[in-house]
Amino acid sequence: MNILSLFGKRGESASVAKNRLQILLAHERADDGSDAVLISSLREDILAVVAKRVEIDPDSVRLEMDRSGDVTTLGIDIELPAAKAS
Amino acid sequence: MSNATVVVVTSGKGGVGKTTTTAAIASALAKEGYQVCAIDFDVGLRNLDLIMGAERRVVFDLVNVVRGEASIKQALVRDKKLNNLYLLPASQTRDKDALTEEGVEAVITELRGYFDYVICDSPAGIERGATLAMRHADEAIIVSNPEVSSVRDCDRIIGLLDAKTKIAEDGGRMPKHLMITRYDTDRAKTGDMLATDDVVDILSVPLIGVVPESKDVLKASNVGLPVTLSDENSPPAKAYMEATRRLLGENIPVTIPEEKKSLFGKLFKGRAA
Repeated sequence: MNILSLFGKRGESASVAKNRLQILLAHERADDGSDAVLISSLREDILAVVAKRVEIDPDSVRLEMDRSGDVTTLGIDIELPAAKAS
Repeated sequence: MSNATVVVVTSGKGGVGKTTTTAAIASALAKEGYQVCAIDFDVGLRNLDLIMGAERRVVFDLVNVVRGEASIKQALVRDKKLNNLYLLPASQTRDKDALTEEGVEAVITELRGYFDYVICDSPAGIERGATLAMRHADEAIIVSNPEVSSVRDCDRIIGLLDAKTKIAEDGGRMPKHLMITRYDTDRAKTGDMLATDDVVDILSVPLIGVVPESKDVLKASNVGLPVTLSDENSPPAKAYMEATRRLLGENIPVTIPEEKKSLFGKLFKGRAA
Protein backbone atom coordinates (compact mmCIF):
# COMPACT_ATOMS: atom_id res chain seq x y z
CA MET A 1 0.00 0.00 0.00
CA ASN A 2 1.64 3.22 -0.95
CA ILE A 3 0.62 6.73 -0.13
CA LEU A 4 -0.58 7.48 -3.65
CA SER A 5 -3.35 4.94 -3.29
CA LEU A 6 -4.95 7.23 -0.74
CA PHE A 7 -5.60 9.64 -3.58
CA GLY A 8 -7.70 7.43 -5.84
CA LYS A 9 -6.32 4.78 -8.16
CA ARG A 10 -3.40 6.67 -9.53
CA GLY A 11 -1.02 4.61 -11.62
CA GLU A 12 -2.72 1.32 -10.90
CA SER A 13 -3.05 0.12 -14.46
CA ALA A 14 0.40 1.42 -15.35
CA SER A 15 1.99 -0.87 -12.78
CA VAL A 16 0.01 -3.81 -14.16
CA ALA A 17 1.34 -2.89 -17.60
CA LYS A 18 4.92 -2.75 -16.38
CA ASN A 19 4.63 -6.10 -14.68
CA ARG A 20 3.10 -7.75 -17.76
CA LEU A 21 5.82 -6.35 -20.00
CA GLN A 22 8.61 -7.50 -17.70
CA ILE A 23 7.30 -11.06 -17.67
CA LEU A 24 6.68 -11.09 -21.41
CA LEU A 25 10.02 -9.61 -22.42
CA ALA A 26 11.95 -11.89 -20.10
CA HIS A 27 10.40 -14.83 -21.93
CA GLU A 28 10.78 -13.34 -25.39
CA ARG A 29 14.45 -12.51 -24.91
CA ALA A 30 15.11 -16.05 -23.78
CA ASP A 31 12.83 -17.71 -26.31
CA ASP A 32 14.60 -19.99 -28.74
CA GLY A 33 11.50 -21.85 -29.87
CA SER A 34 12.07 -24.61 -27.33
CA ASP A 35 8.66 -24.01 -25.73
CA ALA A 36 6.86 -24.97 -28.92
CA VAL A 37 9.04 -28.04 -29.41
CA LEU A 38 8.49 -29.12 -25.80
CA ILE A 39 4.73 -28.68 -26.08
CA SER A 40 4.67 -30.67 -29.29
CA SER A 41 6.56 -33.59 -27.77
CA LEU A 42 4.50 -33.50 -24.55
CA ARG A 43 1.33 -33.50 -26.59
CA GLU A 44 2.40 -36.60 -28.52
CA ASP A 45 3.48 -38.44 -25.37
CA ILE A 46 0.30 -37.62 -23.51
CA LEU A 47 -1.84 -38.58 -26.48
CA ALA A 48 -0.11 -41.95 -26.68
CA VAL A 49 -0.74 -42.65 -22.98
CA VAL A 50 -4.40 -41.66 -23.10
CA ALA A 51 -4.94 -43.52 -26.37
CA LYS A 52 -4.05 -46.75 -24.56
CA ARG A 53 -7.30 -46.49 -22.58
CA VAL A 54 -9.70 -44.47 -24.68
CA GLU A 55 -10.17 -43.67 -28.28
CA ILE A 56 -9.56 -39.97 -28.76
CA ASP A 57 -9.66 -37.57 -31.62
CA PRO A 58 -6.23 -35.89 -31.74
CA ASP A 59 -8.01 -32.65 -32.68
CA SER A 60 -10.00 -32.61 -29.46
CA VAL A 61 -6.92 -32.37 -27.29
CA ARG A 62 -5.94 -28.88 -26.18
CA LEU A 63 -2.70 -27.98 -24.48
CA GLU A 64 -2.44 -24.61 -22.87
CA MET A 65 0.63 -23.04 -21.45
CA ASP A 66 0.58 -20.19 -18.97
CA ARG A 67 3.74 -18.37 -18.05
CA SER A 68 3.47 -16.13 -15.04
CA GLY A 69 6.54 -14.89 -13.27
CA ASP A 70 8.83 -17.79 -12.53
CA VAL A 71 6.21 -20.45 -13.01
CA THR A 72 5.02 -22.02 -16.22
CA THR A 73 1.95 -24.21 -16.04
CA LEU A 74 0.69 -26.66 -18.61
CA GLY A 75 -3.01 -27.37 -18.92
CA ILE A 76 -4.30 -30.39 -20.81
CA ASP A 77 -7.86 -30.53 -21.98
CA ILE A 78 -8.97 -33.84 -23.47
CA GLU A 79 -12.47 -34.34 -24.74
CA LEU A 80 -13.44 -37.92 -23.99
CA PRO A 81 -15.80 -39.66 -26.41
CA ALA A 82 -19.44 -39.82 -25.32
CA ALA A 83 -19.48 -43.63 -25.42
CA LYS A 84 -18.25 -45.57 -22.39
CA ALA A 85 -14.52 -45.99 -22.23
CA SER A 86 -13.24 -49.56 -22.35
CA MET B 1 -20.70 -25.86 -40.05
CA SER B 2 -20.35 -22.09 -40.00
CA ASN B 3 -19.30 -19.99 -42.91
CA ALA B 4 -17.53 -17.07 -41.39
CA THR B 5 -17.53 -13.50 -42.58
CA VAL B 6 -13.90 -12.43 -42.87
CA VAL B 7 -13.26 -8.80 -41.93
CA VAL B 8 -9.90 -7.08 -42.37
CA VAL B 9 -8.97 -4.15 -40.13
CA THR B 10 -6.48 -2.03 -42.06
CA SER B 11 -5.15 1.54 -42.38
CA GLY B 12 -1.80 1.81 -44.12
CA LYS B 13 -0.40 4.05 -41.42
CA GLY B 14 0.86 2.64 -38.15
CA GLY B 15 -0.31 3.62 -34.70
CA VAL B 16 -3.82 4.70 -35.66
CA GLY B 17 -5.62 1.97 -33.71
CA LYS B 18 -5.91 -1.15 -35.88
CA THR B 19 -5.05 -3.56 -33.09
CA THR B 20 -7.24 -1.74 -30.55
CA THR B 21 -10.09 -1.83 -33.08
CA THR B 22 -9.57 -5.51 -33.90
CA ALA B 23 -9.62 -6.50 -30.23
CA ALA B 24 -12.60 -4.26 -29.44
CA ILE B 25 -14.75 -5.41 -32.37
CA ALA B 26 -13.82 -9.08 -31.99
CA SER B 27 -14.79 -9.09 -28.31
CA ALA B 28 -17.95 -7.07 -28.95
CA LEU B 29 -19.02 -9.66 -31.56
CA ALA B 30 -18.21 -12.47 -29.13
CA LYS B 31 -20.29 -10.73 -26.45
CA GLU B 32 -23.18 -10.78 -28.90
CA GLY B 33 -22.81 -14.56 -28.94
CA TYR B 34 -20.96 -15.11 -32.20
CA GLN B 35 -18.03 -17.50 -32.57
CA VAL B 36 -15.14 -15.17 -33.27
CA CYS B 37 -11.48 -15.56 -34.19
CA ALA B 38 -9.04 -12.64 -34.32
CA ILE B 39 -5.87 -13.17 -36.38
CA ASP B 40 -2.72 -11.12 -35.97
CA PHE B 41 -0.99 -10.69 -39.35
CA ASP B 42 1.79 -8.49 -38.01
CA VAL B 43 4.49 -11.14 -38.25
CA GLY B 44 7.63 -10.11 -36.40
CA LEU B 45 5.86 -7.39 -34.41
CA ARG B 46 2.86 -9.10 -32.89
CA ASN B 47 0.82 -7.17 -30.36
CA LEU B 48 -2.76 -8.34 -30.57
CA ASP B 49 -1.92 -11.01 -27.95
CA LEU B 50 -0.79 -8.27 -25.57
CA ILE B 51 -3.85 -6.09 -26.15
CA MET B 52 -6.14 -9.09 -25.60
CA GLY B 53 -4.18 -10.20 -22.53
CA ALA B 54 -3.22 -13.59 -24.00
CA GLU B 55 0.53 -13.06 -24.28
CA ARG B 56 1.44 -15.57 -21.58
CA ARG B 57 -0.51 -18.35 -23.22
CA VAL B 58 0.81 -18.22 -26.77
CA VAL B 59 2.54 -21.42 -27.82
CA PHE B 60 2.12 -21.74 -31.57
CA ASP B 61 1.47 -19.02 -34.10
CA LEU B 62 0.24 -18.28 -37.60
CA VAL B 63 3.62 -19.08 -39.16
CA ASN B 64 3.70 -22.49 -37.43
CA VAL B 65 0.26 -23.19 -38.88
CA VAL B 66 1.12 -21.95 -42.38
CA ARG B 67 4.20 -24.17 -42.37
CA GLY B 68 2.33 -27.19 -41.10
CA GLU B 69 4.25 -27.30 -37.80
CA ALA B 70 1.04 -27.04 -35.77
CA SER B 71 -2.65 -27.44 -36.48
CA ILE B 72 -4.96 -24.46 -36.31
CA LYS B 73 -6.71 -25.90 -33.27
CA GLN B 74 -3.40 -26.21 -31.47
CA ALA B 75 -2.47 -22.63 -32.25
CA LEU B 76 -5.75 -20.95 -31.31
CA VAL B 77 -5.64 -19.30 -27.90
CA ARG B 78 -9.00 -19.08 -26.15
CA ASP B 79 -9.90 -15.83 -24.44
CA LYS B 80 -9.82 -15.82 -20.63
CA LYS B 81 -13.28 -14.31 -20.30
CA LEU B 82 -15.23 -15.24 -23.40
CA ASN B 83 -15.10 -18.89 -24.39
CA ASN B 84 -16.35 -18.14 -27.92
CA LEU B 85 -13.47 -15.76 -28.65
CA TYR B 86 -10.14 -17.04 -30.00
CA LEU B 87 -6.86 -15.52 -31.05
CA LEU B 88 -4.50 -16.78 -33.73
CA PRO B 89 -1.26 -14.98 -32.84
CA ALA B 90 1.44 -13.81 -35.26
CA SER B 91 4.97 -15.09 -34.96
CA GLN B 92 7.33 -12.85 -33.03
CA THR B 93 10.56 -14.42 -34.16
CA ARG B 94 10.20 -14.60 -37.92
CA ASP B 95 9.59 -12.01 -40.62
CA LYS B 96 6.68 -11.27 -42.87
CA ASP B 97 8.12 -13.35 -45.71
CA ALA B 98 7.41 -16.45 -43.64
CA LEU B 99 3.78 -16.21 -44.77
CA THR B 100 2.82 -17.70 -48.12
CA GLU B 101 -0.26 -16.91 -50.10
CA GLU B 102 -1.36 -20.55 -50.31
CA GLY B 103 -0.69 -21.03 -46.59
CA VAL B 104 -2.81 -18.06 -45.60
CA GLU B 105 -5.60 -19.13 -47.94
CA ALA B 106 -5.68 -22.58 -46.36
CA VAL B 107 -5.80 -21.09 -42.85
CA ILE B 108 -8.67 -18.72 -43.72
CA THR B 109 -10.61 -21.47 -45.48
CA GLU B 110 -10.34 -23.74 -42.44
CA LEU B 111 -11.28 -20.95 -40.01
CA ARG B 112 -14.36 -20.12 -42.07
CA GLY B 113 -15.63 -23.55 -41.13
CA TYR B 114 -15.30 -23.02 -37.37
CA PHE B 115 -16.32 -19.41 -36.82
CA ASP B 116 -19.01 -16.82 -37.55
CA TYR B 117 -16.52 -13.96 -37.78
CA VAL B 118 -12.81 -13.93 -38.54
CA ILE B 119 -11.21 -10.53 -37.87
CA CYS B 120 -7.81 -9.97 -39.50
CA ASP B 121 -5.55 -7.40 -37.86
CA SER B 122 -3.39 -6.02 -40.66
CA PRO B 123 0.16 -4.79 -40.13
CA ALA B 124 0.95 -1.19 -41.11
CA GLY B 125 2.36 -0.59 -44.56
CA ILE B 126 1.35 -1.89 -47.95
CA GLU B 127 3.67 -4.85 -48.18
CA ARG B 128 3.16 -8.58 -48.05
CA GLY B 129 1.70 -8.79 -44.54
CA ALA B 130 -0.88 -6.11 -45.28
CA THR B 131 -1.88 -7.50 -48.67
CA LEU B 132 -2.15 -11.04 -47.26
CA ALA B 133 -4.33 -9.80 -44.38
CA MET B 134 -6.83 -8.24 -46.81
CA ARG B 135 -6.56 -10.88 -49.54
CA HIS B 136 -9.48 -13.11 -48.47
CA ALA B 137 -11.62 -10.54 -46.68
CA ASP B 138 -15.34 -10.21 -47.34
CA GLU B 139 -15.46 -6.75 -45.76
CA ALA B 140 -12.95 -4.13 -44.68
CA ILE B 141 -12.82 -1.76 -41.74
CA ILE B 142 -10.54 1.16 -42.57
CA VAL B 143 -9.14 2.88 -39.50
CA SER B 144 -8.17 6.52 -39.76
CA ASN B 145 -7.25 9.32 -37.39
CA PRO B 146 -8.62 12.75 -38.30
CA GLU B 147 -5.19 13.76 -39.51
CA VAL B 148 -3.80 14.32 -43.03
CA SER B 149 -1.18 11.59 -43.31
CA SER B 150 -3.51 8.95 -41.91
CA VAL B 151 -6.27 9.90 -44.37
CA ARG B 152 -3.87 9.85 -47.29
CA ASP B 153 -2.61 6.37 -46.36
CA CYS B 154 -6.19 5.13 -46.06
CA ASP B 155 -6.81 6.30 -49.59
CA ARG B 156 -3.87 4.20 -50.75
CA ILE B 157 -5.21 1.19 -48.85
CA ILE B 158 -8.65 1.65 -50.43
CA GLY B 159 -6.92 1.42 -53.81
CA LEU B 160 -5.34 -1.89 -52.78
CA LEU B 161 -8.65 -3.24 -51.43
CA ASP B 162 -10.15 -2.56 -54.86
CA ALA B 163 -7.28 -4.16 -56.75
CA LYS B 164 -5.37 -6.80 -54.84
CA THR B 165 -8.08 -8.72 -53.03
CA LYS B 166 -9.80 -11.92 -54.09
CA ILE B 167 -13.16 -10.15 -54.26
CA ALA B 168 -11.73 -7.43 -56.56
CA GLU B 169 -10.03 -9.95 -58.81
CA ASP B 170 -13.31 -11.82 -59.16
CA GLY B 171 -14.93 -8.61 -60.39
CA GLY B 172 -16.66 -7.77 -57.10
CA ARG B 173 -16.37 -4.75 -54.90
CA MET B 174 -15.11 -4.94 -51.33
CA PRO B 175 -17.66 -3.51 -48.86
CA LYS B 176 -15.80 -0.93 -46.76
CA HIS B 177 -16.47 0.78 -43.46
CA LEU B 178 -14.66 3.80 -42.09
CA MET B 179 -13.71 3.89 -38.42
CA ILE B 180 -12.38 7.22 -37.20
CA THR B 181 -10.35 6.90 -34.01
CA ARG B 182 -8.72 9.34 -31.58
CA TYR B 183 -11.38 11.92 -32.38
CA ASP B 184 -11.49 15.09 -30.34
CA THR B 185 -14.91 16.78 -30.62
CA ASP B 186 -13.73 20.07 -29.16
CA ARG B 187 -10.80 20.45 -31.52
CA ALA B 188 -12.93 19.48 -34.52
CA LYS B 189 -15.49 22.12 -33.50
CA THR B 190 -12.88 24.84 -33.28
CA GLY B 191 -11.51 23.79 -36.64
CA ASP B 192 -8.21 22.52 -35.31
CA MET B 193 -8.90 18.98 -36.43
CA LEU B 194 -10.50 17.39 -39.47
CA ALA B 195 -14.17 16.71 -38.73
CA THR B 196 -15.74 13.30 -39.41
CA ASP B 197 -17.62 14.69 -42.42
CA ASP B 198 -14.37 15.94 -43.93
CA VAL B 199 -12.80 12.49 -43.69
CA VAL B 200 -15.91 10.77 -45.05
CA ASP B 201 -16.04 13.27 -47.94
CA ILE B 202 -12.43 12.72 -48.89
CA LEU B 203 -12.45 8.93 -48.67
CA SER B 204 -16.07 8.33 -49.80
CA VAL B 205 -16.40 5.39 -47.45
CA PRO B 206 -19.47 5.13 -45.17
CA LEU B 207 -18.79 5.73 -41.50
CA ILE B 208 -19.16 2.78 -39.14
CA GLY B 209 -18.03 4.53 -35.97
CA VAL B 210 -16.21 7.42 -34.35
CA VAL B 211 -14.05 6.58 -31.35
CA PRO B 212 -13.15 9.57 -29.19
CA GLU B 213 -9.62 10.15 -27.95
CA SER B 214 -9.74 8.61 -24.51
CA LYS B 215 -7.52 7.63 -21.64
CA ASP B 216 -9.60 4.46 -21.33
CA VAL B 217 -7.91 2.96 -24.40
CA LEU B 218 -4.47 3.15 -22.80
CA LYS B 219 -5.82 1.90 -19.49
CA ALA B 220 -7.42 -1.12 -21.15
CA SER B 221 -4.19 -1.96 -22.97
CA ASN B 222 -2.24 -1.68 -19.70
CA VAL B 223 -4.25 -4.51 -18.17
CA GLY B 224 -4.64 -6.53 -21.36
CA LEU B 225 -8.35 -6.22 -21.92
CA PRO B 226 -10.06 -5.15 -25.15
CA VAL B 227 -11.60 -1.76 -24.43
CA THR B 228 -15.10 -3.19 -24.97
CA LEU B 229 -14.50 -5.61 -22.08
CA SER B 230 -12.55 -3.42 -19.66
CA ASP B 231 -15.19 -0.74 -19.09
CA GLU B 232 -18.42 -1.13 -21.05
CA ASN B 233 -19.57 2.36 -20.16
CA SER B 234 -16.47 4.18 -21.29
CA PRO B 235 -16.91 6.35 -24.40
CA PRO B 236 -14.59 4.25 -26.62
CA ALA B 237 -16.33 1.02 -25.55
CA LYS B 238 -19.71 2.52 -26.41
CA ALA B 239 -18.40 3.69 -29.78
CA TYR B 240 -17.05 0.22 -30.59
CA MET B 241 -20.24 -1.52 -29.43
CA GLU B 242 -22.24 0.78 -31.70
CA ALA B 243 -19.90 0.14 -34.62
CA THR B 244 -20.26 -3.59 -34.06
CA ARG B 245 -24.03 -3.35 -34.29
CA ARG B 246 -23.63 -1.51 -37.58
CA LEU B 247 -21.25 -4.19 -38.81
CA LEU B 248 -23.99 -6.70 -37.98
CA GLY B 249 -26.31 -4.76 -40.26
CA GLU B 250 -28.27 -2.60 -37.84
CA ASN B 251 -29.15 0.79 -39.18
CA ILE B 252 -28.41 3.17 -36.31
CA PRO B 253 -27.14 6.74 -36.51
CA VAL B 254 -23.47 7.32 -35.71
CA THR B 255 -22.98 9.11 -32.42
CA ILE B 256 -19.79 10.29 -30.81
CA PRO B 257 -19.82 9.18 -27.18
CA GLU B 258 -18.16 11.75 -24.96
CA GLU B 259 -16.20 11.76 -21.76
CA LYS B 260 -18.22 13.08 -18.88
CA LYS B 261 -16.59 16.35 -17.96
CA SER B 262 -16.36 17.45 -14.38
CA LEU B 263 -17.61 20.89 -13.43
CA PHE B 264 -14.00 21.89 -13.04
CA GLY B 265 -13.23 20.64 -16.56
CA LYS B 266 -16.20 22.55 -17.95
CA LEU B 267 -15.19 25.78 -16.27
CA PHE B 268 -11.70 25.59 -17.62
CA LYS B 269 -12.62 24.23 -21.04
CA GLY B 270 -10.65 25.94 -23.74
CA ARG B 271 -8.19 27.52 -21.35
CA ALA B 272 -5.71 24.73 -21.40
CA ALA B 273 -3.50 24.01 -24.43
